[in-house]
Amino acid sequence: MNLDYVKNNLLFLVGCIVSVFIIAQSIFFINKAYQQGISIGMSKKKLNKVITQSAIFTIVPSLSILLTIVTLSKALGLNLPWIRLSIIGAITYEVPAATSAAQVFGYGIGSSINSPLAFATIAWVMTIGSFLPLILIPLFLEKLQGRIEKFKAKDKKFSEIFMNALFLGMIASFLGYGIAGNTSNGVVYGSIISILCLLTSALVMIIMGYLIKVKKITWLENFALPISMLVAMGMAIVYYNVLPTEIASWLIPGLL
Amino acid sequence: MNEKYYKQIHFYGRLWMFCALLLFIAIPLTISLSLDAWPTFGEFIKGYLPILTLFGPIAIIEILTYSPMLGVGGTYLGFITGNLSNLKVPCAINAMQNAEVTPGSDEAEVVSTIAVGTSATVTIFILFLGVVGFSQIMPILNSETLAPAFANLLPSLFGGLAVVFIAKNVKIAVVPIIVALTLFVIYPGIPVSILIPLEALISIGVAWYLYKKGKI
Repeated sequence: MNLDYVKNNLLFLVGCIVSVFIIAQSIFFINKAYQQGISIGMSKKKLNKVITQSAIFTIVPSLSILLTIVTLSKALGLNLPWIRLSIIGAITYEVPAATSAAQVFGYGIGSSINSPLAFATIAWVMTIGSFLPLILIPLFLEKLQGRIEKFKAKDKKFSEIFMNALFLGMIASFLGYGIAGNTSNGVVYGSIISILCLLTSALVMIIMGYLIKVKKITWLENFALPISMLVAMGMAIVYYNVLPTEIASWLIPGLL
Repeated sequence: MNEKYYKQIHFYGRLWMFCALLLFIAIPLTISLSLDAWPTFGEFIKGYLPILTLFGPIAIIEILTYSPMLGVGGTYLGFITGNLSNLKVPCAINAMQNAEVTPGSDEAEVVSTIAVGTSATVTIFILFLGVVGFSQIMPILNSETLAPAFANLLPSLFGGLAVVFIAKNVKIAVVPIIVALTLFVIYPGIPVSILIPLEALISIGVAWYLYKKGKI
């Protein structure tokens, strides 16, 4: 039995409702923030630029989210993974959650789930398993924000440095992951390739900065990070095909 | 700080989250009703417990780490739509950097909320198009030729993002980067949910030290 086919229309409809909900919520908050921006003296031009830049930036990472739908679709069909990844869902959460529930019935997520009970259990586990932030944030975010505001008021200069340090902590972590390499569909993409991608992206970004700041090609601003990302991803294909296999799949000892 | 604006955002944020909870419950409910398949409590708990023990602490850490970065509106939106570390947070950081707003300021709150909202909307459109045009798009996206590109999306994203940020904060950046690289060699399996808050603490510690010494 192919559940995705049998329940296609109903689940597809649910997916559409979820999508409309997310878009409505996003537009609501964008509108609130936009009005607030105008009232504190930010220009429409600046705010519109945020929208354009964020939209362009989002395209490529979203395509990679689509690929997670592919991974999950082998077992669950298209609709449930689509719905799950439209909300809360993250690549790192959905796959283990589906796997954990599938295992209860002796399934993996590499093959089609043909038991309605297993399919329903997976849907319940994936959904309830992701609820914690939706309960904690309404309860504690205001208090947390109050603490942060108090802290900021104490020392304005350090509060700015604090935020930069927080961002840097996250960025440094991902640079760490940059040397880790990764495995996708059983193929090992080694540390060398991911380090080269990191460096390529950084180099292209420096060139972009030069073109924008020195050569005054200001329209490039909207595309600087997406272009750096795309060039580095494109070069990943080149590195993978040009480098000898033992170098392309070499990992720092102990990794993966 | 504009009290009234934040009060409003908290109010609407909670309201939207409550509606989201109801809507999300409706998903498995629809499946169970239409298939007439109801897992027993035991079956559900067996699948749920490992996820709660693994992702429960991660959820708390993520809220503590990402909510100051995303601001109030960005947090309510971002945690409903997900994909934080691989999309929403870098998108918000990039937008704040390009708009040249001070992190943590009222302007940053506005920029971050707009960035996260736009990003969520675009993702929804792309996923919808992807699902509708699955048979046409997937063979291309899922092709062996493109596989190395998607496998290296994160280093490709963070390389460009990092270079600008590090250039602006060289003194603070050195120690956390060295620690992250060293940690990966010593303890390669370190999960992202532990590494990010750990690195954030190290980075804040370094910043505090340098600040107190008058070096930044």
